[in-house]
Amino acid sequence: MVELSVLQQRFGIELVESTFRDNRRIDVPAAKLFDLLSCLKSDHGFNTLIDMTAVDYLEYEGATDRFGVVYMLLDVFGGERVIVRTAVNLPDPKLPSVYSLWRGADWMEREVFDMFGIVFDGHPDLRRILMPEEFAAFPLRKDYPLKGRGERHNFPVITRAGS
Amino acid sequence: MAVGLPENVFMTKLDAAASWARSNSLWPMPFATACCGIELMATAASRHDLARFGAEVMRFSPRQCDLLIVAGRVVMKMLPVLQRIWLQMPEPKWCISMGACACSGGVFDTYAVVQGVDRFIPVDMYVPGCPPRPEQLLAAVIDMQAKVRRTGTVMGKEFMARDTPMGPEPFESEERYRIQDANLVQLGGFSAAMTSAGMKRGAGNHG
Repeated sequence: MVELSVLQQRFGIELVESTFRDNRRIDVPAAKLFDLLSCLKSDHGFNTLIDMTAVDYLEYEGATDRFGVVYMLLDVFGGERVIVRTAVNLPDPKLPSVYSLWRGADWMEREVFDMFGIVFDGHPDLRRILMPEEFAAFPLRKDYPLKGRGERHNFPVITRAGS
Repeated sequence: MAVGLPENVFMTKLDAAASWARSNSLWPMPFATACCGIELMATAASRHDLARFGAEVMRFSPRQCDLLIVAGRVVMKMLPVLQRIWLQMPEPKWCISMGACACSGGVFDTYAVVQGVDRFIPVDMYVPGCPPRPEQLLAAVIDMQAKVRRTGTVMGKEFMARDTPMGPEPFESEERYRIQDANLVQLGGFSAAMTSAGMKRGAGNHG
């Protein structure tokens, strides 16, 4: 099991550890994120990025940052799991891409970009993955209306006489 | 009778004869995107047996079909595909909107789901249900046959009159205001994010 003190020695004291049930979570500032993740991968054997997603904390009670970005790591051989969380804010939500560490981050980062507009520096092909390319918003942001801004009605109408 | 017809000869109109033939050989184009598609398959399978009504020939090329069955929800990314398939089908053609989602969006009243395909393509028959039972789809096919026999013409003149979409009101008022607001701000922040992400396509459309 990776000791927090080992990581703290290497990265300073900004790391905060917490647990929920059997989940172990490490909060890290965005500036140290890539170093921490690459250290976890190379020195502590977390060879798999299980999942990666983001949370919009707009109007969330007690939240100080707008977006939380969550990385779930797994050590396939040791069976150890850890969750690394970081925070980004408007107007320029930007994080380093972890594509160079885990190839599986490719589509996950594209999805987070598509839904939240968080930009991943160094991603080889950061395009929308779920929404159509001409879509002009980030629909999982909490300030985006559930029913959209009329995108679902913005199509030509084909009538009987016209087809 | 002054002039008797020979045996095995009867007189009818060409329209009626063509419509009779067409109605008994509807070839469906299954546009199945969700659970309604499973019911559509069940309708075609042996227990319910769509073949009894001459409509068992599911063709996966729209060029060979004359009955589009939209089974399931259609999202905004899929709608251009649906419209293209409809345009690719040769005349005469009809459309069945199957299930709550295809008819009205169903419970999926969200930004990505089209609130009824009849807003964007012409629909002849609606099947309610979530999903509808195969019997309901069979009833729709039978009604469709009746409609074809009742209104059909050889040259397809029955289609010419319908030049307006027959769906519900396109917008709720609240949504119309949101569209206006979005057009006012012109989505400036979005363009900046897209440019900084190095997106080549798409970004130029929202200047």
